[in-house]
Parts: sequence; C-alpha cells; structure tokens
Amino acid sequence: MWSIDALVCAGGGWGFAVAVTEIRTDQPAADLARGERGAGPEITARGERGAGPEITGGGALVHVPRATPDEEAAEQSSLRLSDVDAWGRSEKMRSLTRTLYEPIYRYWFRAEWEGFENLPTEGGALLVANHAAAIPSDAPVIMHGIERDMGRPVYGLAENLFRALPVIGTLWSRSGGVAAHPDNAYRLLHDQHELVLVFPEGAKGTGKHYRDRYQLRRFGRGGFVEIAMRSGVPIIPIAVVGAEESMPILWKSNRIAKLLGIPYFPITANEVLFGPLGLVAYLPAKFRIRVLPPIRFDVPPDQERYSRSRVMDESEHIRVRIQEALYDMLRTRRSVWFG
Amino acid sequence: MRILLTGLSTFWGGRLAQALEARDDVEVIVGVDTRDRRVPLERTEFVRCDSTFSILTRIVAATQVDTVLHTHLVVDSTRAGGRALHEINVIGTMNLLAAAGAPGSPVRKVVLKSSALVYGSNKEDPYVFKEDVTRSRGARTNVERSLLEVEAFLRDFADDNPHIAVTLLRFANVLGDDIDTPLSHALRLPVVPEIFGFDPRLQFVHEDDVVGALTYATAHDVPGVFNVAGDGALPWSEICALVGKRRVALPPVLTNWAAEPLRLARVLDLPVEVLALLRYGRGIDNTRFKQAGYEYEHTTAGTVDAFARGLRLAKTIGDKHPSYRYEHEVEDFFRHSPAVVRSQD
Repeated sequence: MWSIDALVCAGGGWGFAVAVTEIRTDQPAADLARGERGAGPEITARGERGAGPEITGGGALVHVPRATPDEEAAEQSSLRLSDVDAWGRSEKMRSLTRTLYEPIYRYWFRAEWEGFENLPTEGGALLVANHAAAIPSDAPVIMHGIERDMGRPVYGLAENLFRALPVIGTLWSRSGGVAAHPDNAYRLLHDQHELVLVFPEGAKGTGKHYRDRYQLRRFGRGGFVEIAMRSGVPIIPIAVVGAEESMPILWKSNRIAKLLGIPYFPITANEVLFGPLGLVAYLPAKFRIRVLPPIRFDVPPDQERYSRSRVMDESEHIRVRIQEALYDMLRTRRSVWFG
Repeated sequence: MRILLTGLSTFWGGRLAQALEARDDVEVIVGVDTRDRRVPLERTEFVRCDSTFSILTRIVAATQVDTVLHTHLVVDSTRAGGRALHEINVIGTMNLLAAAGAPGSPVRKVVLKSSALVYGSNKEDPYVFKEDVTRSRGARTNVERSLLEVEAFLRDFADDNPHIAVTLLRFANVLGDDIDTPLSHALRLPVVPEIFGFDPRLQFVHEDDVVGALTYATAHDVPGVFNVAGDGALPWSEICALVGKRRVALPPVLTNWAAEPLRLARVLDLPVEVLALLRYGRGIDNTRFKQAGYEYEHTTAGTVDAFARGLRLAKTIGDKHPSYRYEHEVEDFFRHSPAVVRSQD
C-alpha cells in the first residue's frame, strides 16, 4: 500500500508524510573534548557549530577561513559525474519531476498563491505549513510553486521512513526530500542558507479523518521553532486550502496500520470512487496557498538549549496564525472545486 | 619523540613506521606485533608479543617512549571475527592503556586509530555526523561493539590521566592503491554489488590522508576526538561509474542471506556493517580536524578518482609492489650496522 502510494507521489513530485515533531536535542557530547584538557588554541570543543565569524553566542569560537563554496564546488565538479548534492538532491532529477508535475499543478490543482512576496529571495528560512490528504498533496504543490516561480530549491523534511524504502526512497531524496533530523535542518538553514519546508503536524495531520478537515493538530513538541532559533532564520507560516479535499480519509484502521508498520491505514474517498486507481488519482480540489509574514525570533543563534516555555509559546502562536488564516480563507471559499 | 607503535605488521602500522622513519624529530620507533612485518623498515625496532600486549608495561618502562600510537585496532571484520577481534581490540587496548598510564610511565601522548563505524548506519541518522553525536541505534556487530568499548576505555583513560594528550581519530572508509577493504575489494570486481533501490552517499578518505592524519596527530598536540574523511560524499552509483564498473543488485530484503553465497564462494565478503552502509550511507563532518590544522590531500571525489587511476594502471602492469620477505640479517644490518648512515646523526 505504502509503496504504491509513494510511487503515485513520485509521478507527481513527492508527498511527504512529515513528522519533524520528534526532534530531539543531541545527546551531550560523549567525547574526549569534554574534558577540555589543555585543548590547544586550534581546538575548541564547542567551536564546530559556528564555522563563520559572523556568529555570536556559541561559546568560544575560532575564526576559520572558509573556502568559498564556489571554489570547492568547481574543484569537486571537475571529477563528478552526477549532480547529486550533499542532501541527495539532483537538480536534473528535480527538473524532470517538475516538468512532469507542471500540468498537475496548473490544470488539476490550479494552485494560486497569496503573499508570495513574504518568501525571502535569499537566506535561509523555515517554511511551516499545515498538512493534509492521505498521501499528502501539499508538499509537492508548495515545493513546485516556489521552485518554479522563484528559482530557489526547497528541501522538504520528511519522516525517515522514506529513507528505508527501496527505489522510492532514492527518487524521493533525488527530488529534494531530506530525512527530518535536527542536525540536517540546522545544516541546511544555518550553513547553507536554504529554504526548508516542514510540516510540524506530521502524520497526525495527514492521517486525520475528513470530518476534522482544517483543524490543525498539535505542532509536535515545537522542535521546529528550536531549529529556527538555533539556525537564526525566520519561520514563514504557510496556510494551504485544498489539500484536505484532494484525498479525504473516510475510514482508517489502526490495527492494520500497526500490522504493516505504517503511521495510518486509510480508506479514502478516492478509493471508494475509483477503486485501486484511487491510490493514484487526487480529486481536483482547488488549491489556495497563503504565505504569512515571516516570524523572527530575537534570540541569539547557536545556543545549546532554548527556553522550553518560549519555544512552546512560539509554536502555539504559529499554529494559531495558520489556523486563523485557514478559517479566513475558508470563509471566502465558495466551492471546493472552483475556489 | 620516542614512539611505541602497535600493529607494526598490519597495513597501517607498516605504512606509519615508514612515514615516521623519514622524520628527523623521531628518535626511536618501537613496533610491536604478533607477526613478522611485511614492509621493509630501516630503523624501526621490532618486538614480537602476544596479541593482548601483556608485556607492554615492561617495554614502555625499558624504552622510555613518550608517544604511543595505537594502530592495531581491527576495523574490518573480515580480518578477524569473534574471539580474536575481542582479544585484539578490547583486551589489547586495555593492556596498552594500562601500560601507558602506569605509575611513573613516561608516556605523554596517545594516538588511537578508530573508525567511523562507531556511528553506525541507520535510517534515523543525520546525514552528517559531528564528533559529539552518538549513534542512533545500538551496535549490532562485534566490530562496532568492540570499537565503542575501546573508545569508552580511552575516554576513561583521558579523564584519569590529564597529563597525557589523547587523540582519537575516526576514519571514514579508506580507498587507495594498496589497502584492501570490503568496499575496495568490491570495487575491484568486474561487477560491483549494490542493494536494489538504494543509492547511498558514501564518504572516503585516501590511504595517504590516513597516514598523514596519524602522523600529524603524532607530531602535533591535538587532544580530542576527530573525524577524518575527504570533503564531500558521492552516491554509490557514481563511485562505481567513476571506477568504470557496472553494478549488480542484491535484493533489498534478506540482503545478508543473499550476500552469503558470495562469502562462501570467496568472491566477496560484505559484512553486516558494510551492507548497512550500502543501504543508508554515512557522512562525517571533517571540519574539526581541519580546524586543528590538518590539510587534506584528497577530497572524496579525488580519492575515488585516484583509486580509479590506480586500478587502470594495475590492469596494465599488474601488482606494482613486489612482495616483501622479512630477512633478519638484512634488517639487523640496516638497524644496527655502523656502516649505515642515518639521517638524524
């Protein structure tokens, strides 16, 4: 079931059953440097977080002249045969999936954006959106729209379940999927200044019943806020209308899901209408996407920990803003299919 | 520097002894191992001992070495398994550290060659490991467990002996003209195995960088834990393409069983930890060792390229190294004869 599901997305540009909710902090340094015995001037145990001089507040930092990424890339690329980057993303592969997905984006979902100008043209940012549909249709739409109209790559954080799937996992990774691990997110946002898309509801969002549509689930434990704080990047909330109706869940079985080892086992309206084809076919719901103004945190980056209550407050604040935007958008929606 | 080198007869011990002999600031090199060495050496003294180094305290006291270089750890489980592995890695290191930390011991520096195997390879992993990140799942193989145990000994040793500079280097998978590992062996086959549907990114370090990094840690004071690997990571498919090999797929389920016939036929032994690597890959962050001042000769892509060049040369001329036969008289002549002009005199 899952493999077929994900293949479907493969045609379309990637569904992400995202759960960054389980973000945990790194276990304390289990290493010799902990003792900091006469660590020479060359080494600082905590220094490795911040490679550049522009960061403050991470303990003793060492100024390290960094080779410009361009130089390194040029040297490396002369030997390379593929364009797979450190995250497994291949621009060639991605542009192929974009070409295949374009008709679906334009003629099936007819996605329309509001507040597109809230997306930064440079610098890292964490995009946070609501998550819906049994096989999430929102991730590909958001990634496709931004990459097409802005020309910036978007890395989608998703459950590491994808990594364990043969073929699908590889295609997923080549198209910009990254396993949701705090270290990965930090590297993408802080070191490489990329756009990263995350769905803090995770499988709780995609696995919800149709009657609960547009009711946001818990935003995990707020790990995504902590990552944004640590990386020193803004969070950009995104509200998506349309995904819920593209593959609504009518019934689900926890028992079968447990047996198969997957987050949820749904019977969708699509399956009822089209039979097995329902695994492939989304309903043509009209997509409206609203990008809300960025939220910045006035906390120093690169801290080991951030105040738990502050993190939870911010997380809840973002959830409420997306929820209100959704209600606002639903108030003006006349038809599920025509917007 | 007066250096005690463990595992002189291993690949790395031999290489390192040769590199250290060339340095003027190295006064004495005492190599210990269980077997005869396999590389020609000029001034390294060789002491044969049992695999658990039980006589080491006496050697340390007698030679007054100030630096201990431990390269004897087995990180390739196809070389020693089960009991032997445990004896060499765990008991050997235990005795070595006991000797180095004995009261009145002249040792002021310990350098240990470990492996990125301690991080494992799981789907829960970050794409790049920093030195202070612990593995996401418990170790399943003997070699990983023994290395974790060894590192724990070393940690305690460093805590107990604050006057000794302890350096732990964790190396990525090594490629080079001479070294033989399961992965380099696989890449030398006419067709290279992969796991169907998986194309993990792997990171390599060149064998010269391994020797370079160990020499650097010996010559400089860089206490702490460091990852050592070339920059960048390449997908396995691309590595095979760079080497000019086609791939053959192992099934994604029951992979270990599928690899068994290859083992039995002595074609290729891919142990469990290497199969995990071919499934999920592994990246390690090498910036800390760069910050400590080491300059790498090769990136990962450069390492693979150098390996491919070596392979092409070997295809034409065969094995370029004549096998070395240990001869007492010749070795003794080089080490002790007054007729031999030594560079440091």
